[in-house]
Amino acid sequence: MNRIRVVSPGLLTTVQDLGRFGWAHFGVSASGAADALALRAGNLLVGNAENAAGLEMTLAGGAFEFEAPAVIALTGSDFGAGLPLWIAVQVRAGETVRCGPTRSGARCYLAVRGGLAVERAMGSASVHVATGVGGGPLQKGDVLPVGEVAVRKPRVGQAAPPAGERAGALRVTPSAQAEWFGDELYRGAYLVTEESDRMGLRLRGAAIPSPAGHMLTEGVPLGAIQAPPDGQPIILFVEHQTTGGYPKPACVISADFWRLGQLRPRDEVRFERVATERAMELLREQEQWLYGLV
Amino acid sequence: MTLRPASDRSLLVSFGDEISPEAHREVVRLTRSLEGVRGILNLHPAFASVLIDFDPRLRDHDDVAACVHERLAAPLNGAAEEQRTVEIPVRFGGDAGPDLDDVARHTGLAPERVVERFCAARFEVCFLGFATCFPYLSGLPPELVTPRLAAPRKRVPEGSVAIGGRQAGVYPLASPGGWRLIGRTSLPLFDRRAEPPPRLRMADRVIFVPESRL
Repeated sequence: MNRIRVVSPGLLTTVQDLGRFGWAHFGVSASGAADALALRAGNLLVGNAENAAGLEMTLAGGAFEFEAPAVIALTGSDFGAGLPLWIAVQVRAGETVRCGPTRSGARCYLAVRGGLAVERAMGSASVHVATGVGGGPLQKGDVLPVGEVAVRKPRVGQAAPPAGERAGALRVTPSAQAEWFGDELYRGAYLVTEESDRMGLRLRGAAIPSPAGHMLTEGVPLGAIQAPPDGQPIILFVEHQTTGGYPKPACVISADFWRLGQLRPRDEVRFERVATERAMELLREQEQWLYGLV
Repeated sequence: MTLRPASDRSLLVSFGDEISPEAHREVVRLTRSLEGVRGILNLHPAFASVLIDFDPRLRDHDDVAACVHERLAAPLNGAAEEQRTVEIPVRFGGDAGPDLDDVARHTGLAPERVVERFCAARFEVCFLGFATCFPYLSGLPPELVTPRLAAPRKRVPEGSVAIGGRQAGVYPLASPGGWRLIGRTSLPLFDRRAEPPPRLRMADRVIFVPESRL
């Protein structure tokens, strides 16, 4: 069995698959890759099932030594590894893939043919950083076994990255309390702050007046935009709380989740309302792009 | 009952906007009836609502809504799931419960009386939410109701037993939190070695027992 040795872990590198579903009623959110589209694409490029476990690097990547020959793909943002992105490439035995600081967005994914054969917790290999469910961030010297099961041949040739960019309007549909709010969220730009992480993207900009309505704590979905009393919006991200008591004007559409995973501190975001039908159309286009990689 | 989209891939089913035993029964019933349904990825029960996350490639709001109506219209089949009782041993006061004296001051009871009444109460897990396996417990005696802290703590230790307004709860893992800490349990409510790791389920009965009396 092939193994990957962590020569240096980078800033925050974790094992991720597409998440741990079916546990929200125990207060456990799904976690999973912050840019799930990039991980799915990487897996399809190397011939894996799209849910195979890979590495998620954040802002600055690590160095990973391969014991035996392997087929890998780097997707998401360019972390200066000196390898082309969005394409399956061959790695020799003893070769080290060295990633550095990002040259574009927040996250880069390393998918390896066969997937990472790490232990699963509650049905998923995904690390929930805030609680330690599924383990923790990689440490220097960690050894990751590589699996031996792939489902098809690696793709030959480079894929075009997904359409859309990190900056620019995030598309949203109404949340449960949308009618409590006016147009404030859509008037100006917000900055992504340094306090953002996999639990939530904390934004700074024009405050959204906190509505006076009575609200009980209720379930909250991925991408929901919360308006806490100080009016500075928080976008709930992959490690979000499962329930919350703050009202929510809107929720980011599924087709833009991957862009949340690529937002960096000090990036600027704006919000734009779309109809649910349009959100579904955009998701269908994205899925077509993805399955075009097979 | 009202149904509203909460996002392009979730539906919020509300049974009113008050905490009541009737709403709780409907929440439990709907949650159980939807577990394992194809295309439904996650269920988030709360005091009087259930958020249903679905896979938008397989389902849409209308057919999830139809599924909700169908499940709630179905007669309750068979015996209700047996209610379990879980005893939680607690070390009260001191370092383990730094807010016990504040609760005593607020309620006008001596700290020993607060502990006595807390341990005499029969709690029920309303739902598990917020953070990993945090139980929102109903059944707090009205004389123990104490408001949350004005400013939440950055780090509440694992196992802290707490009062937050009309609810009681236990922090299964260290996390930020604004509830009043009255004690700490050594019983893991999220046990990574257990299968499955969560110790409590929605609708379990919970009683607290002072550790010294065990």
